[in-house]
Amino acid sequence: LRRYKVLGSSNSDSDLFSRLAQILQNGSQKSRSTTQCKTPGSPHNPKTPPKSPGAPRRSPSASPRSSSLPRTSSSSPSRAGRPHHDQRSSSPHLGRSKSPPSHSGSSSSRRSCQQEHCKPSKNGLKGSGSLHHHSASTKNPPGKKPQSPQSCIRPAAARAQFESRQVSVAAVVRWIERSTQSLEGNPGEAAVLSALQPLRKEFVPFLLNFLREQSSRILPQGPPTPAKAPGASAALPGRPGGPPRGSRGARSQLFPPTEPQGAAAAEAPLARPVATLSRTKPSRRINPTPVSEERSLSKPKTCFTSPPISCVPSSQPSALDTSPWGLGLSPGCRSLQEEREMLRKERSKQPQQSPNPTCPTPELGSSLPSRAGSLPDEPADPARVSSRPRLELVALVYSSCIAENLVPNLFLELFFVLQLLTARRMVPTKDSDLELSLGGVDSLESPLFQSIHDCVFFAVQVLEHQFQVLSYLDKGTLKLLAENERLLCFSPALQGRLRAAYEGSVAKVSLVMPPSAQAVSFQPETDNRANFSSDRAFHTFKKQRDVFYEVLREWEDRHEEPGWDFEKGLGSRIRAMMGQLSTACSHGHFVRLFQKQLLQMCQSLGGAGGTVLGEAPDVLSMLGADKLGRLRRLQERLVAPQSGGGPCPPPTFPGCQGFFRDFILSASSFQFNQHLMDSLSLKIRELNGLALPQHEPSDEDGESDVDWQGERRQFAVVLLSLRLLAKFLGFVAFLPYRGPEPPPTGELQDSILALRSQVPPVLDVRTLLQQGLRAGRAVLTVPWLVEFLSFADHVAPLLDYYRSVFALLLHLHRSLVLSQDSEGEMCFMNKLLLLAVLGWLFQIPTIPEDLFFLEEGQLDAFEADTVASEHGLDSVPVVDQQLLYTCCPYIGELRKLLASWVSGSSGRSGGFVRKITPTTTTGLGAQPPQTSQGLQTQLAQAFFHNQPPSLRRTVEFVAERIGSNCVKHIKATLVADLVHKAESLLQEQLVPQGQEEGDPVQLLEILCSQLCPHGTQALTQGREFCQRKSPGAVRALLPEETPAAVLSSAENIAVGLATEKACAWLSANITALIRREVKAAVSRTLRAQGPEPAARGERRGCSRACEHHAPLPSHLISEIKDVLSLAAGPRDPDEGVSPEHLEHLLGQLGQTLQCRQFLCPPAEQHLAKCSVELASLLVADQIPILGPPAQHRLERGQARRLLHMLLSLWKDAFQGPVPLQLLLSPRNVGLLADTRPREWDLLLFLLRELVEKGLMGRMEIETCLGSLHEAQWPGDFSEELTTLFNLFLAEPHLPEPQLRACELVQPNRGTLLAQS
Amino acid sequence: MILTKAQYDEIAQCLVSVPPTRQSLRKLKQRFPSQSQATLLSIFSQEYQKHIKRTHAKHHTLEAIESYYQRYLDGVANNGAAPVLLELANEVDYAPSLMARLILERFLQEHEETPPSKSVINSMLRDPSQIPDGVLANQVYQCIVNDCCYGPLVDCIKHAIGHEHEVMLRDLLLEKNLSFLDEDQLRAKGYDKTPDFILQVPVAVEGHIIHWIESKASFGDECSHHAYLHDQFWSYWNRFGPGLVIYWYGFIQELDCNRERGILLKACFPTDIVTLCHSIA
Repeated sequence: LRRYKVLGSSNSDSDLFSRLAQILQNGSQKSRSTTQCKTPGSPHNPKTPPKSPGAPRRSPSASPRSSSLPRTSSSSPSRAGRPHHDQRSSSPHLGRSKSPPSHSGSSSSRRSCQQEHCKPSKNGLKGSGSLHHHSASTKNPPGKKPQSPQSCIRPAAARAQFESRQVSVAAVVRWIERSTQSLEGNPGEAAVLSALQPLRKEFVPFLLNFLREQSSRILPQGPPTPAKAPGASAALPGRPGGPPRGSRGARSQLFPPTEPQGAAAAEAPLARPVATLSRTKPSRRINPTPVSEERSLSKPKTCFTSPPISCVPSSQPSALDTSPWGLGLSPGCRSLQEEREMLRKERSKQPQQSPNPTCPTPELGSSLPSRAGSLPDEPADPARVSSRPRLELVALVYSSCIAENLVPNLFLELFFVLQLLTARRMVPTKDSDLELSLGGVDSLESPLFQSIHDCVFFAVQVLEHQFQVLSYLDKGTLKLLAENERLLCFSPALQGRLRAAYEGSVAKVSLVMPPSAQAVSFQPETDNRANFSSDRAFHTFKKQRDVFYEVLREWEDRHEEPGWDFEKGLGSRIRAMMGQLSTACSHGHFVRLFQKQLLQMCQSLGGAGGTVLGEAPDVLSMLGADKLGRLRRLQERLVAPQSGGGPCPPPTFPGCQGFFRDFILSASSFQFNQHLMDSLSLKIRELNGLALPQHEPSDEDGESDVDWQGERRQFAVVLLSLRLLAKFLGFVAFLPYRGPEPPPTGELQDSILALRSQVPPVLDVRTLLQQGLRAGRAVLTVPWLVEFLSFADHVAPLLDYYRSVFALLLHLHRSLVLSQDSEGEMCFMNKLLLLAVLGWLFQIPTIPEDLFFLEEGQLDAFEADTVASEHGLDSVPVVDQQLLYTCCPYIGELRKLLASWVSGSSGRSGGFVRKITPTTTTGLGAQPPQTSQGLQTQLAQAFFHNQPPSLRRTVEFVAERIGSNCVKHIKATLVADLVHKAESLLQEQLVPQGQEEGDPVQLLEILCSQLCPHGTQALTQGREFCQRKSPGAVRALLPEETPAAVLSSAENIAVGLATEKACAWLSANITALIRREVKAAVSRTLRAQGPEPAARGERRGCSRACEHHAPLPSHLISEIKDVLSLAAGPRDPDEGVSPEHLEHLLGQLGQTLQCRQFLCPPAEQHLAKCSVELASLLVADQIPILGPPAQHRLERGQARRLLHMLLSLWKDAFQGPVPLQLLLSPRNVGLLADTRPREWDLLLFLLRELVEKGLMGRMEIETCLGSLHEAQWPGDFSEELTTLFNLFLAEPHLPEPQLRACELVQPNRGTLLAQS
Repeated sequence: MILTKAQYDEIAQCLVSVPPTRQSLRKLKQRFPSQSQATLLSIFSQEYQKHIKRTHAKHHTLEAIESYYQRYLDGVANNGAAPVLLELANEVDYAPSLMARLILERFLQEHEETPPSKSVINSMLRDPSQIPDGVLANQVYQCIVNDCCYGPLVDCIKHAIGHEHEVMLRDLLLEKNLSFLDEDQLRAKGYDKTPDFILQVPVAVEGHIIHWIESKASFGDECSHHAYLHDQFWSYWNRFGPGLVIYWYGFIQELDCNRERGILLKACFPTDIVTLCHSIA
């Protein structure tokens, strides 16, 4: 973490170290300085170090100078600018810096050396001469000659200048920032500094590196981590046989008390017993092993980016790492692994390096680290700070650099400072041996931090300067800072301010997100058949939607199972599904679904990966009491790994985002990717261009608060959506270019650049950025752009297009000075968000590490473009603390660091213990919303799910406006009345008492105590107002055709939301509002309108008179079927039906047919058919009748009665056709053949009745009877049939009443006829 | 009637190889007097269908068909009025209606020039009087009216039951003043998957949000429930969010495990419906 390896001129850290030590020793010695000046070289010559063959790890792309500067100066597209070497050495920065043209690089550089005496030499010729000398010298391998690359010396010299207070710190910072232009007011300073011109750019990286180097003894590996590898623990005691250092008491501290002192003394130098002992304390710190010699092999950049606290736990493999798709994002894990490996090697060497056990006792009295975790941390004492002025000065310069955004990452520096604050012990290093032996306490060559006291002092100094930023951190961090005993000890004043900030901090919540894992609803306007080219496409997509969710559900269920693999588990199914997407139109549909689901699931706070707000209860208890979300978050905390990946974690896909990432990878469909990119780009453009309600300059700040909350909320939703979309766009767009292989170099890189530069960017982010900057909407555009760029491959940032994007971003970054807070400027929190995201971006491994310090030259070109408009979004306070922490969870690392200090100092060590406040005792699995209010909130959310999105927008809009208006209304009525009252009260009180000089504050208090209780009325009135106003507005804005129930619910939700909004504001602010209004004695006289009862939605219901008590058709069919089956047999002897049952059945049939409530056409058809069959059975007397054993037949009269019932049902009750011709089907007529004696009268009766009732025509019956002859019958049956036929034909065509009456009198007539 | 898996298994155990006849049902009711008849019938029917699905293939081998047909011919030659086909079905453990279809197909193959179409067969099964052979017509008819698990009549009863419960549900929704879109309306709007009812305004049942309600006039056993989940319920969830399934004849308790995921099971219309409050927060 400590090395800031941005100095292009350094070959390795060891060089840097040694040179730094040298400078510090000699910096103040004039002779030495002069010597250096006489071999000036061109220190800032960018090409010198990378050219050196002795630096194998520095590729041109990784080298700041070689890759960037030549291009900017000569506008040559060629890669490293090597051909320009000589040309550039002669006029290195004329075109880039704003230094007066009279100062040539050579002369100024030379002068800088002689400047030690404040006597600038005017001899330019000498300078140019020495330049040539330098050019020659750079051709030597610098690694072998520590003296030859001099560039490092220069910043050191510059620092020496500042430390000797030749110029003011402010001037220095201004100088660093904008060259000498700004110093024209002070010619003396300008002269001094312009002499140092060539060092200007290198100053900040030098300073940062210097601080990191200096702190390396204090912060060897960051906060405590449990020792894991045996190799590491074996080396725990550091270098027992190494050069003498540490305090005299070190021996006793080296070993746990259990160790016999004698044995310890004897064996101390040997590593083995120590190692054994160390294993007994697995949670102790890993003490540092100096690896400076090996550092030349390490990758400083990744080291710096890597989590400083602990590595991303291996139990949670980073998909970026393990993915076979190799995104090449080499996150911290890998580099940390490398470092561990180095540590191990280094430690294995130690016994050989220090074979001599004769000097185990430390000589010098400086503090020595205690090694066991149980031992107390070294106390820090302000009285023992070694060199206050010096530390103050460095702290001031450093703070100023931070304040002017000269450092790449604000929060990283804060993290570093907090590390210094919470450093536990001082660890001596090799270098410190040298330094300490030289003795000079207050001179330049001594280390900056000589003790923990120095360290803490420095940290507190910087924190004091950075108080403004600190005060905007979350409550938890503020609390921890305020409670930090060291801070209290070193600066009670700062502690007091922090405490005040903590107490005054209001956690502002603007986000209420719907619960995740909802499906995208089906919307007929976009999803029905008309939107597809063919039925097939429609149905294919129907299936795909289901497969997609099936896959999603399975992922939800299983992705946390150990050993479950996305590709193995779901890959083939996904690809099979994608394979079915044949038409382009289907791809479009699927991408829409995918994107919507992505937004729905991942946009919420829960999906963004754990929250970081320390004191969350107040946050969560607001608005709807989202208990569910709270539990979910708690669950996430329990499940999620504790470390957040440090202050600069690599881009990841937390939570649900992982599903979508893996889906894209597994699908590996170029069509899908293309459609997805199209869709994402479109949506990004759309959201980015969204006309967010701009804050209208309001007359009073109070009432607009309500609007602001809404605006913030909307902004947050849009911003988070944009970030999510841009992240995925970046992921997909750069996917083809990323790979596990290292970034290309040399000619390969040239050809790749040539190839890539002609490919248009997937989305014209540069134009969008320029527009955003011009329109003052950087706060919206930049955060998503950063997400997009964070997925860039190694080559992309080298492309001209993206270089210019980065240049713009750098320029923006520099301009976001937090301390400047003038009218029309960007708001503080907006700036802070941009600084955080940009700082994070600059640390992404694929972004060239040198980019930050060396792209400066390009900025001018764009400066004209970025004159922000005065009233853009940037000047509206749209960002609040929660949004900041949601977008930049890594800021929470500050709190973790401080928390680890607390937990560590109380004796517990080994990682960070996150404090979790238990919320409930119920299990996590089942989370039924217990409160009716929570359920109502859910219901309201659910209501919108299947409605068109415009409905939701309308309701939200209405609620938003009515809620806002409500507050205004209350202010205009209730508050105004109270103000009137106050005025009269004021009069009454003043006049009788005659208190001319009566304490107005006291009076106000009296008035308020009388009037403020009336504020409670505001809630009642507010409710009334919302209830009165919202429904009409909703009704006016929704389509006329909206179903009544939907309309009424929408109205009610609007009322509820508006009321909630208004009441939330009122209950929180009414007292303050009344106070303020009373205080200002402002009166308003708007009339209130009388409340009206809200219109209720119409009732919908069944208006039929029928009670629907009829038997169910299914029941009847079943019953009739039973009768039929009994008749058809086989049956047991005791089986049968009673005549009453039959009659009852037919009665029920009548009822059912009358009611029709439950009757569907097929049921009626079957009932009709069954009734006909029943009639046939009756006619043939085939129904087994229960009753006395002798009588198994139905009485004739009963049979007729039943037939009559059937006839009237057929005539009146059935609405569908009745297959009456079946009565005369051979099969049914054939039933008669089995009966002995055959009785035809019922059939004849039936036929006549059919004709009489007009159910069948005579002709129809005749035809049927005629066709019966075609069947084969027994001889006698055929004859009887013929007789029946004739008899029927003999009947008169018109039914005669007498005949019928006669028939009833003579029931046996038919039988006689048949028998005749 | 919500049964535990154990209770269900006990019932299912008793149903093994019971023919789907009137008599079997009567015995079953006596065996489990405490269970509702409709539930028992539904379970029986489902178990029997599972059984048939498992054994279907073996009755459709050429050899089997020939052997059945021959036995039928022999039987009716011996006595045309005897329940030959029904007894044959029971004997070989096959559904009478399906046996009737099998023999009818075989018969028509023999007597017609062209192989009979499915619709012809179905039509003849619905109305056996269309069967050219009177004896076969009677045999088929007997099979159909005696089969309580298969056949056009049973199909119609099942359909009617389903329809009736939808109507009942609709009435209950209207009674509760819950507005909804029904299947037909949804189809008209072009929805690709249509539950019985989509609530225009969601409600909460036992703390769970309900967007749609599906009525199932059957018992929810594992097999049918999984099929429904795959073909219907999840599809509804995918489009409309969480919903409610009412198994009017009960279900296996253990299947109600997707409540958190958005599929709630009930055996009756819920009594404690929380609607979106019309009162103000």
